[in-house]
This record gives sequence, structure tokens and C-alpha cells, in this order.
Amino acid sequence: MKLIVNGQALETTARTLSELMAELGHAGNWFATAVNSEFVPGSERERARLSEGDRVEILTPRQGG
Amino acid sequence: MPLTVYGTELSSRLLLGTAQYPSPAILAEAVKASGAGVVTVSLRREGLDGGSGGGFWSLIRQLGVRVLPNTAGCHTVKEAVTTARMAREVFGTNWIKLEVIGHHDTLQPDVFGLVEAARILADDGFAVFPYTTEDLVVGERLIEAGCEVLMPWCAPIGSAKGPVNIDALRAYRAHFADTPLIVDAGLGRPSHAAAVMELGFDGVLLNTAVAKAGDPVMMAAAFAQAVEAGCGAFEAGPLEPRDMAVPSTPIIGKAVFS
Repeated sequence: MKLIVNGQALETTARTLSELMAELGHAGNWFATAVNSEFVPGSERERARLSEGDRVEILTPRQGG
Repeated sequence: MPLTVYGTELSSRLLLGTAQYPSPAILAEAVKASGAGVVTVSLRREGLDGGSGGGFWSLIRQLGVRVLPNTAGCHTVKEAVTTARMAREVFGTNWIKLEVIGHHDTLQPDVFGLVEAARILADDGFAVFPYTTEDLVVGERLIEAGCEVLMPWCAPIGSAKGPVNIDALRAYRAHFADTPLIVDAGLGRPSHAAAVMELGFDGVLLNTAVAKAGDPVMMAAAFAQAVEAGCGAFEAGPLEPRDMAVPSTPIIGKAVFS
């Protein structure tokens, strides 16, 4: 399945958002996720099934003004 | 008297941004030198800039300050609302500095989108700190939407121009007499911060003026002094300007030599 993750095409076997996070090695409580512009809380990533072409955003803390 | 926003008493009237510092160590020292109790932060895509979100977050937590996440760079209501909800989870706070940018060159807010996003987020339990213009009507709409603080710009973000429309800021202060007002964006020098504090503003939020200074730590301390001086001057009741001279030395008792 092909996804767009943080703006870049990614081929993955992950079926859910939590599987995708594990595949990318993103462990920790400083990640925030959204699928197709909708916020997905960490507690719902296991239930968040992914579909071909989904746009996934994975954000973390950064400097800001 | 300390500034209180959304029921929280702030330890300083200076709020500081965390971007553009020469190094994480200088950022940490600048925050300490500023005395700021609140720093602004953002969310960005993991893995694209070579930085580590976890490392930055660890640094900020060690400073022991409250964070005010922003929605910087968001140009639509949808972007801003989604970013705010993501920030609430990661940073563990319902505070959000709401930016809905309307113009690429001036970075002035899209005030229509701002009011709409503020209403959605306030209804969702956020404490919204809106980055806005000095337009009185927009300010009223933001308060109606649920904002308990307003953050008008004094000049475009990062411009370092200082207050370009003092009369508008003075009118803003007078109109929103009971609302905490924090000048956000456009401050370049400590004298600018002192000037808006002398008008009676409750605080200032700045970033570039400190981060891009030759010595950010020294500049952070200078801004802290300026904010304190301006606040003290306002509370002390400064004189209004006069067109004619008024002698300060008594006339009575002056010797006559002719």
C-alpha cells in the first residue's frame, strides 16, 4: 500500500496508524498524528486503519515563536 | 501585580519564543536571562529537518517553564484547528497561540479565519491566545468567541520595527480595559517593549529580537529590564506631553538683579 507520509510517498505493509508508527521507529509520547487532515489521538492509533493514498502527518515539538 | 491569564498567574510579563537561536544552549541561557515563565513552541514534521523533536522537548521541559504552543504557518481554519489539537496532546496543555496567517509577505493574520478558529477551539476547551491586528471590532469578535486574552501585533512578525501605530495601540488598550493584552510580534528593541508597556499593555511576546541579536542572552536580560521598567512607569502614572514649557524650578524666591 502506498501512503503519503509527511509529504513523501511511502510503500508500507502497515494496516493501522500504530503499525506505521512502529514500522518507522517512532516510539515515545512526543509524536502527534493526523490522517487526511484529521487529528488522530495516540489512544486511537491502533483502531485507525489506513487506506491506499492516505495522507499521514507525524509531528513533533520544535522551536516556535 | 502579576499578570493573570486564564486563571494562571504568570511569573513574568515577558513571553519568549524559542526559534532561531544559535544553539540549544544559548536558547536555554536566554530563557533564563529573560525570566520568562512562558515560552512558545511549535509542531513540525518529524525527520525532515534533521532535528529531533524528542530532544528539543526534553530541553524545554528542563527549563521548568510553561509552554504556549503555536499554530504558526497555518493558513486555513482547518490547518490551525488540527494543529492545535495535535499540540494539546503532545505538549499536555490546552493553551494555544492561535495564528491563522492571511498574507505571505506581511504574515498578517486572516482575521476572519482567526475568529472562526478561535470559536471552534474555545468551544473545544482551549485557552486561546489569538495573534491578531489592532482592529477593535476583530478584538470584540474574538472575545465573543471565547478568548480571554488578546495579542495584537505592533508590526509585522520579525520586522523589528516596533510599534508603528501607537495611536491604534492606545485606543486598543482603552477599549479593552478589562482584558489582558499582550503585544505579539514586531518588537525589535527593548525600548519598543518599554513603550508598549508604558501604554498599559499587560505583556509582550517576542522571539526574533532576542534570538537574532548579537548576544541573545544579554538581549534577553535587556528586554526583561525594559518590560519591568515600562510596567512600572505605567503604574506610576506618566505625565501627558505638553506643548509649552513648564519650569521645574520654582519661580517664587528667585533673586532680582536689575
